[in-house]
Amino acid sequence: MVMRSRSVNAAAACLGIGVLLIGVAGCGGGGGNNAAGQNTSGRGPITYVQGKDNNNVVRPTIDKWNADHPNEKVTFKEQSDSADAQHDDLVQHFQAKDANYDVVDVDVVWTAEFAAKGWLQPLEGQFALDTSKLLPATVKTGTYNGKLYAAPQSSDGGLLYYRKDLVPTPPKTWDEMMSDCSIAKQNNMDCYAGQFAKYEGLTVNAAEAINTAGGVIVKSDGKTPDVNTAEANKGLTNLVTAYKNGNIPQQAITYQEEQGRQSFEAGKLLFLRNWPYVYSLATTDGSSVVKDKFGIAPLPGLNGPGASSLGGHNAAISAYSAHKATAFDFVKYLESEDRQTFNATQGSLAPVIASLYDDATLVQKLPYLPVLKTSILNAVPRPVTPFYPAVTKAVEDNAYAAIKGDKTVDQALKDMQAAIQAAGS
Amino acid sequence: MSVTSGVDTDEGRVSKAPEKSPSEPRRNASLRKGEGRRAIFLILPTLVLLAVVIGYPVVKAIIMSFQKDPGLDKSTGLFVSGGNAGFSNYTHWLLQRCGEASCPPGTLGSQFWDSVTTTFFFTAVTVVVEVCLGMWMAIVMNRAFRGRGLLRASVLVPWAIPTAVTAKLWFFIFAYDGIANHLLGTHILWTGDEWASRFAVIIADVWKTTPFIALLILAGLQVIPGDIYEAARVDGASAWQRFTRVTLPLVRPALMVAVLFRVLDVLRIYDLPAILTNGGGGTGHATTTLSILVVDQIRQGFNSAAALSTLTFLLIFLVAFIFVRFLGAHVVQTQQSQQKGGAA
Repeated sequence: MVMRSRSVNAAAACLGIGVLLIGVAGCGGGGGNNAAGQNTSGRGPITYVQGKDNNNVVRPTIDKWNADHPNEKVTFKEQSDSADAQHDDLVQHFQAKDANYDVVDVDVVWTAEFAAKGWLQPLEGQFALDTSKLLPATVKTGTYNGKLYAAPQSSDGGLLYYRKDLVPTPPKTWDEMMSDCSIAKQNNMDCYAGQFAKYEGLTVNAAEAINTAGGVIVKSDGKTPDVNTAEANKGLTNLVTAYKNGNIPQQAITYQEEQGRQSFEAGKLLFLRNWPYVYSLATTDGSSVVKDKFGIAPLPGLNGPGASSLGGHNAAISAYSAHKATAFDFVKYLESEDRQTFNATQGSLAPVIASLYDDATLVQKLPYLPVLKTSILNAVPRPVTPFYPAVTKAVEDNAYAAIKGDKTVDQALKDMQAAIQAAGS
Repeated sequence: MSVTSGVDTDEGRVSKAPEKSPSEPRRNASLRKGEGRRAIFLILPTLVLLAVVIGYPVVKAIIMSFQKDPGLDKSTGLFVSGGNAGFSNYTHWLLQRCGEASCPPGTLGSQFWDSVTTTFFFTAVTVVVEVCLGMWMAIVMNRAFRGRGLLRASVLVPWAIPTAVTAKLWFFIFAYDGIANHLLGTHILWTGDEWASRFAVIIADVWKTTPFIALLILAGLQVIPGDIYEAARVDGASAWQRFTRVTLPLVRPALMVAVLFRVLDVLRIYDLPAILTNGGGGTGHATTTLSILVVDQIRQGFNSAAALSTLTFLLIFLVAFIFVRFLGAHVVQTQQSQQKGGAA
């Protein structure tokens, strides 16, 4: 009995814990390949893979394409809503060399990783894409090692939301904004918040602070860290000082996009750094007390507009696709002015074509477009590195510790530099 | 209930074993000739299935853990396979070595021992609190009173809610403008401070799993015959003595099973802290448990993650072993004495 109960219990324990291992073993493999040279002239039905189509723009887009291309029909494979789940789904299909994932929608920060794994068809030679009309910063997000691997499809940049009833002219520089904080104090409000909880949003905000002050996180090769500099120090110090003296409220360390938005809409926050999606919500939400009391401006910088981080998605062709010629046509179709306009009006997705930001009808529909254009024109993409998960972790952890005052800025940047270095080795 | 009775039947079978009747060896022999082979054939599909579903991934993970993660080819910028790693994936975690140097803050490698400590801290605190509260709830539920069925059912509600939903609920409760701060009149950063975030996780976990322990203990309480209490009362035992001398020893087998389950569960905890705090708090990883670390590492490199999950596996296995070896043996003893007592 003693033996038996032991082994039974041990087996049960084994079984349970084994699940942990199974999760890992299910995702082995990887490595280089030369699939990029194959099927380059293949035509036929293809599949387009994207995360959940919340704004119902993908289906009409595909229907229109299918009506014009009866022999090269596109099927829509819709993934889940969660970015992590989308990433893992793509990785699994690429590892299985699945020919049925022809055109995939990738987050800007995954592009380098997928490109370095050899999963994406380089957009060169017969697949060369005309990028002259596109916003330059968006093209950078699809470029790895000097080659374009993914076509920018939608973009996103940070905006400064401010209370125009309290601050008649929005601050142009960080210092101006900090001096405006006295207005917040008089009105018993919090002054400034962004996304400072420990998650991807903190990397976005820390990178903006560093880039705005003229620093960089990695050099242009995307790998070599160069964050332990006086400029980066100045940028991060701005955040640290503001948190210390209360201009950034102490609870902002728990803010993601939504908490900041709620605080702003409740009239408790004077300045908010957030994405364009807040604009329509703050105007229409029943609980918003600032409906016609807020304005938008480019992020404050040193002397002029600050450097926003870039969001958005790129469309890429799988190296394992059997019908790459069709896939490329479809990517060009996604890039077309017609589709970009449709995405903007129907789904509020920021276009990647520069001229659309000045389109009068579009601006009427999305009043934030001119400001967003300034934001994206001054934007710096987050590091385009195949080791992005490790790099963002290095930035997040150390920026978080610095803002909270657990570490000096000097130490945080030194650790950040070392951690990014370790990530790429 | 089912757990204890299952063990009891096992016990019964084994205690019968020495008194085998003389005819039994012959029956066994006949079983070996024809039925034994058929039995193997009948079991074979299950064995094959287990080997494929459990054996293969475990072995594969161990093999992977001895390979390097793909590195970049400097000239092409493409990933190339990393080759044999020896024990470097293991030393990476155990000694916190990143290449030649020790892992700088902000790498997963630097957080291994911290997350081991965090995981064990969660385990110790939640299990102790849950057992105490669970015992109290079980004793209350064991009494006969009006509405007992309703109480027993309602107690199960927290356990029945999916953990992900629970975690999100507590996330809103512990938000800065949330109910917790309102009720307490405090301005605690429940998901930001080192200890506040840890206790946020502990509170949510206790809320969720105490009913589970309570029900397991209740099952144990219900098989204690009432006449034992009566006898104790006649002998002049106080309520406290009845609890420590009668209830505790007799409920111990059920209690040990409950504790073992919970310990193994908490050692693997992922969803609750992942959703509630994203592993954050304190200097950035105050609530990062081993499983969170494994999942984070999977996104950065499978082979190193395989080594980490093998380590986690060994660690949890060790704890389970210690439990079964030292405390589990005790379970059996009490049951034997209990049965002897019952027989006499």
